[in-house]
Amino acid sequence: MLRLSAVDTFYGPIPALKGVTLEVHAGEIVCLLGGNASGKSTTMRTILGIVRPHAGTVEFEGKRLDGLSTGEIVRRGISLVPEARRVFGRMTVWENLAMGSFIRRKEPAAEISRDMERVYGLFPRLRERSGQYAATLSGGEQQMLAIGRALMARPRLLLMDEPSMGLSPAFVDQVFDIIQTINQQGTTILVVEQNAAVALSIASRGYVLQNGRIAVEDSAAALLAADDIRRAYLGED
Amino acid sequence: MSDILAILPQQLVFGIALGTVYGLLALGYTMVYGVLFMINFAHGEVFMIGAYIGWGVLAALLDAKVGGLHPAWVLPLMLAPAMLCTGALGVMIERLAYRPLYVRGATRLGPLISAVGASIFLQNAVMLTQGARMKVYMTNFLFPPAWRFSLFGASISALLVVMVAVAGVMMWGLHVLVQRSTLGRSIRAVAEDREMAAIMGVSVGQVIGTTFFLGSALGGAAGVLVGLYYTQIDFVMGYSAGLKAFTAAVLGGIGNIRGAMLGGLVLGITESLAVTFINPAFKDVVAFALLIMTLVFRPEGLLGEGLSDREKV
Amino acid sequence: MRYQSLAAIGLAILALAAPLLAPNDYVMGVVTRICLYALLALGLNIVVGFAGLLDLGYVAFFGIGSYIYAFLASPHFGIHLPFIVILPIIVAATAVSGILIGAPTLRLRGDYLAIVTLGFGEITYIFLLNLDRPINITGGPSGIISIDPPSLGGFVASRNAEYYYLFLAALGLVLVASARLRDSRIGWAWQAIREDELAAQAMGINTTVSKLQAFAIGASFAGIAGGLLASWQRSVFPDNFLFQESINILAMVILGGVGNLLGVILGAAIIVALPEIFRDFQVYRLLAFGLLLMVLMIFRPQGLLPVSRPGREDDESARGSPAA
Repeated sequence: MLRLSAVDTFYGPIPALKGVTLEVHAGEIVCLLGGNASGKSTTMRTILGIVRPHAGTVEFEGKRLDGLSTGEIVRRGISLVPEARRVFGRMTVWENLAMGSFIRRKEPAAEISRDMERVYGLFPRLRERSGQYAATLSGGEQQMLAIGRALMARPRLLLMDEPSMGLSPAFVDQVFDIIQTINQQGTTILVVEQNAAVALSIASRGYVLQNGRIAVEDSAAALLAADDIRRAYLGED
Repeated sequence: MSDILAILPQQLVFGIALGTVYGLLALGYTMVYGVLFMINFAHGEVFMIGAYIGWGVLAALLDAKVGGLHPAWVLPLMLAPAMLCTGALGVMIERLAYRPLYVRGATRLGPLISAVGASIFLQNAVMLTQGARMKVYMTNFLFPPAWRFSLFGASISALLVVMVAVAGVMMWGLHVLVQRSTLGRSIRAVAEDREMAAIMGVSVGQVIGTTFFLGSALGGAAGVLVGLYYTQIDFVMGYSAGLKAFTAAVLGGIGNIRGAMLGGLVLGITESLAVTFINPAFKDVVAFALLIMTLVFRPEGLLGEGLSDREKV
Repeated sequence: MRYQSLAAIGLAILALAAPLLAPNDYVMGVVTRICLYALLALGLNIVVGFAGLLDLGYVAFFGIGSYIYAFLASPHFGIHLPFIVILPIIVAATAVSGILIGAPTLRLRGDYLAIVTLGFGEITYIFLLNLDRPINITGGPSGIISIDPPSLGGFVASRNAEYYYLFLAALGLVLVASARLRDSRIGWAWQAIREDELAAQAMGINTTVSKLQAFAIGASFAGIAGGLLASWQRSVFPDNFLFQESINILAMVILGGVGNLLGVILGAAIIVALPEIFRDFQVYRLLAFGLLLMVLMIFRPQGLLPVSRPGREDDESARGSPAA
């Protein structure tokens, strides 16, 4: 569904991604692992067209994405749950979700309401707080809101940038359960994570990024099992 | 002392009239600042041009000796072209003078100086085409002076009521637009987190253009109202009115729409009351003093939520 | 660098020989005025160019300096101090006013700083215009006239050429001072603040003191120019110090090249001389001026003689952030 081929991306003179090649097939959960500054966020931004690759291509459902505007890319069915949530704090929960469906604003209101219901179904806590300003929510609730907001666009591919960051372990489990549910409901997911263990527990395949390069590519099970890989590339001990 | 108390109600009425105009004008500054974090220095000029357009319509009607002039249909006839033209002018200013400069480096110098240039250009363009002398609104043909009533010792004219009503409706309309509509939400989203809004599919350029249109159109309307009420307009009126309106926006909390309206009222009333006690020649000093005090002691303004990191030095 | 030194020397020679080269007294007057405005531009260059503080009310200091000279050398208060004595007083007074005006702006960011300084400029004008009742301090709209010309020993300046050399000397001093400041610790601190104030603070620079220094020194240069104006024009009026003048001076700095000393002088020369050359189009002058500012910012914001700075600003494309 999504394919990056030999992508090079630079921040000024600094290379951020070097020859990155990865694939996500429809219906999968794929995770992209790596430590700080390994290029994970840059990959997300490249897919979304926020940063343009200097070399290589990005394809989605067979068509080129690189070179398109972010709006165009989002319109094609890709949504992002950004790093650190980035909900619109000065808007209410409901308004945040409404913003999520902005790309579909020409569709009948009933459709959009249906999606909002679905989101509330996944995250009952949000329904309780639908009139509250997003800035007053807890970190975990904001994460739910960010995910819900991304879902409102009915994406076929959902990009998630470090969803576990800043959350308590119990919450992390909850969130990743929900991610699995979303996947089962039909959304393909690419998760970027530092917390390798939990990401690999729901993914089918994984890539490990190090210094902007893909260092390892394998099934999730294999990655979980290989101790030396874990230690060397994922910084765990 | 008693004669001061005697004129106080009248000054208050004047202050409210002034305040609604400042509020309308302040909305333009506050909206643009909300999405661009930039002061639209040329905003005062769209106010001035709006006043000239309104004058043109009224003068044309009077010249053509059109009978049965009544504000109910003449006023919209003056406001509509003024607002449409100034709205479009605002969009053009953003496109030509500001947009080419966004990508440039860190200095805020560029857009600000470009704005000053645009302001000077517009002022002089009007001066060259309309003459340097002031123009007079023949308001009395539209609002006979007899249309007034008394309240608590203050004489309130029908014109004043209409002015406050029109301004009030516009401000409320903008507030509803921004709070309830999809467009309003997209403006607020861009103001809060531009990149995220773009990721949601919002066309940031379009939103910015719309913001300029709305703010400038309101500024143009304020120009027509000011022309009607104070009857004298000239090509420099935008400069000082602009600075005062900016003060009002800051006073209320820059980026905050209700703040702009509140700030306008506070400034208008303060200025009006102040001139009963001090030499009227110094009334502009009142506004500047308020501005400086606000920025030093409460930079987020009356209704503001505190400066974001982008605004602190 | 050699090119610049040669040009500078050539200019200096031209400058010294100017009264011999000028075809008539009118041209002499224009050249004298260029010196005056070059001085002002150098002063604003300290605030805007070196320290990066956008002062839109710079004309206030020009006015304060002028009026102080008028107070101390005219029949207005009956005081007639010699030129040499007044100048240090002006420097001190305008420096203090610079600190007073700069102080409230210390925590403000660019746009706000600009508006506040603009406000101070306006307030100064209003005071100059209206402080003639109940006590006549400033002479109101009619200003102060019959100001004494500068005199030294028995020599009293009367012809444009004589004023010219006086102005040139002042300009020379200020130019040397600016160059010294730029290369001094103060200058480095200003540059750091201009580039990134937070980083400068982190490096241990006392930004408050540095900014106030910039305001004070810039103001004192304008004050000197003000004194020179008063002694040359033999009169001062509030309308000498309108906001438009602040913009004129700012345009000189930007056109010439923000931070570049010779550039700023060049900018002053162009902006003073151009209207003289295009006298017939006087009425379009401001229109063209406004257009010039816009066009400059779009196409050549660094001015005619840019400052060479290692690795600079405009590589936004690399940051990967979307334009509007």
